[in-house]
Amino acid sequence: MRTEPRRTRAAVPLLLPTWIVLGLFFLVPLALMLGVSFRERGVYGGLRPVIDLLAYLRSGGFLGNYARSLAPIYLAIGWRSVWMAALTTVLCLGISYPVAYGIAVLAPRRWKSLLLGLVVVPFWTSFLIRTYAWMFILRSEGLLNASLLGCGVIHRPLELLYTPFAVLVGLVYGELPFMILPLYASLEKLDRSLLDAAADLGAGGAGVFRRVTVPLTMPGIVAGVVLVFIPSLGQFVVSDLLGGAKTMLIGNLIQNQFAVARNPPFGSALAFELTAAVLLLLLAYALFMRKTGGEVLL
Amino acid sequence: MTPPSAPHSVEIRGISKRFGEVTAVDGVSLAIGHGELFALLGPSGCGKTTLLRLIAGLEAPSAGTIVIDGADVTRTPPHLRPVNMVFQQYALFPHLSVEENVAFGLRYKGLPRRAWAAKVAEALALVRLDGFERRRPDELSGGQRQRVALARALVLEPKVLLLDEPLGALDQKLRKEVQVELKTLQRTLGISFVFVTHDQEEALALSDRMAVMSRGRVAQIGKPAEIFERPETELVAEFMGAANFFTAEAREAGPGLLGLRLPSSATLTVPAPGPPLGPFQPGDRVRFIVRPEKLALRAAPPEKGFAAVPVTVEDRVYQGASTLWLVRGPGGERFTVCGPGDPPAAANGARAFLCWDPEHTVIVR
Repeated sequence: MRTEPRRTRAAVPLLLPTWIVLGLFFLVPLALMLGVSFRERGVYGGLRPVIDLLAYLRSGGFLGNYARSLAPIYLAIGWRSVWMAALTTVLCLGISYPVAYGIAVLAPRRWKSLLLGLVVVPFWTSFLIRTYAWMFILRSEGLLNASLLGCGVIHRPLELLYTPFAVLVGLVYGELPFMILPLYASLEKLDRSLLDAAADLGAGGAGVFRRVTVPLTMPGIVAGVVLVFIPSLGQFVVSDLLGGAKTMLIGNLIQNQFAVARNPPFGSALAFELTAAVLLLLLAYALFMRKTGGEVLL
Repeated sequence: MTPPSAPHSVEIRGISKRFGEVTAVDGVSLAIGHGELFALLGPSGCGKTTLLRLIAGLEAPSAGTIVIDGADVTRTPPHLRPVNMVFQQYALFPHLSVEENVAFGLRYKGLPRRAWAAKVAEALALVRLDGFERRRPDELSGGQRQRVALARALVLEPKVLLLDEPLGALDQKLRKEVQVELKTLQRTLGISFVFVTHDQEEALALSDRMAVMSRGRVAQIGKPAEIFERPETELVAEFMGAANFFTAEAREAGPGLLGLRLPSSATLTVPAPGPPLGPFQPGDRVRFIVRPEKLALRAAPPEKGFAAVPVTVEDRVYQGASTLWLVRGPGGERFTVCGPGDPPAAANGARAFLCWDPEHTVIVR
């Protein structure tokens, strides 16, 4: 207890690089973005100059972008983004758990690095190119339709590309490694004798899984969920390429404001709202973990 | 307690377990009685833990049959076997409290939930851990963790309790205490305990009977005193800490007797061993042991009837209650003598005679 303050003081210079990096690349941009979000769009794009700050504040115009973001059309996009991200996360978890379990627990030792390597191999190719590949697979005359037609399963090509389904496929595909890797890490650490003990005490396969494996790999599950949910929420490349104009997500909306609509203030407001939502989510997670006595991972 | 319905608590018939090329357990057969405290003793890698895991059902045998309390459980999965195990590192669930750990298996016993608390309290009282219900395993000492592991297994009222190196993770002082506690507990409960250990003293002190294992096979089964006093093989003798091996030549010595002639031309006569050791033909090579505490050093050749080998004293190790002498025989063989005093003959470099009563000669394979 007594050594605590001294240790904290000693840590200050050591933490300096961390604070510089966080400040320069996270806090400063965030503050700039917040500032821009209170401005108005100029007539030809860019920012409209504020001549009388007091009058501007009094008029309430600085909250205009946030007020606009609450319009039903934007709320709908926000809601769609949330459930697409949620669905992506659930699907990733459902697919990744058996895969990670297979690699970490069931596979012979000498196979592990190879299998893990296969999970990571897609990273060698640009994400953009891999998403393009999905266009070739999913389009009407693409690989999937051609094989299904060839096998006689279907008689007319399915409408797959430019649907929410295509976006979901792209999102799940892209995020899968980020779920598998943390799950693998926590499953790898799992003490096998605990599984033996649970079975010895009378738990069948399902009981062992539910009462021992899942609770003990919860840090990996939560890390995977956070690592998948947050990027999915802000995704715009996948929805842009595979969803066409019909499946606009909040990421596309923000990108449009900067690149197409030339409205950085509104884009900043939306981006800041997204960031705030994510931070609140992380805070809730940290509070939950502290309350349950778990380790805060992020 | 209902009278036992089967002749044995655990009966193992011709059990083998192969892991790929490696045969961990090789055709082991043994029977463990009701209420018996049985030790599986052997060096690491001898297959004793695998055998324990086979009884628990955590490994499937490659061949053979396992019968527990009269029921063939060879193909029964672990969660349906009437045995419970105390794991080597205790394998307590780190995410559960002591109470929850102990209650873990009760769910599968078909007991109503309201009966659990009483059962848990009873089990914790049995291992003297009442008051620790809400602690987490990482807040307990090694000895306390072991008691939680015991309570967690015993609360399910197993017919056999399996213990994998139960004292292995405890420090020396605690070991002696826990040893006594385990024995008392086993007597109180009256169920059979099967425990694995690599420590012969532990096996001797704790068990009613023991099996010495080596390379996947049972080398000898018997009461601790039998195995200690009368090891049947060199391997068992060596493992039980009998340091003195002698080689002799068999000679004719009359009916029921066997004459032994040592390289030093000393001779002795012992009762002829029956099967599986004997009979020996004159001229056969005979290996035997004499325990260090049965040997004595004398300055002069002893009276008739005692065996004697001329030796040179090489070193002396004072151990408080006793003294060890390291001596070398005429052929360069090394022997250890353990005695209470410090006879004049036994100074370093002195020539002396190694003597023993022929009845302490133990012939081994």
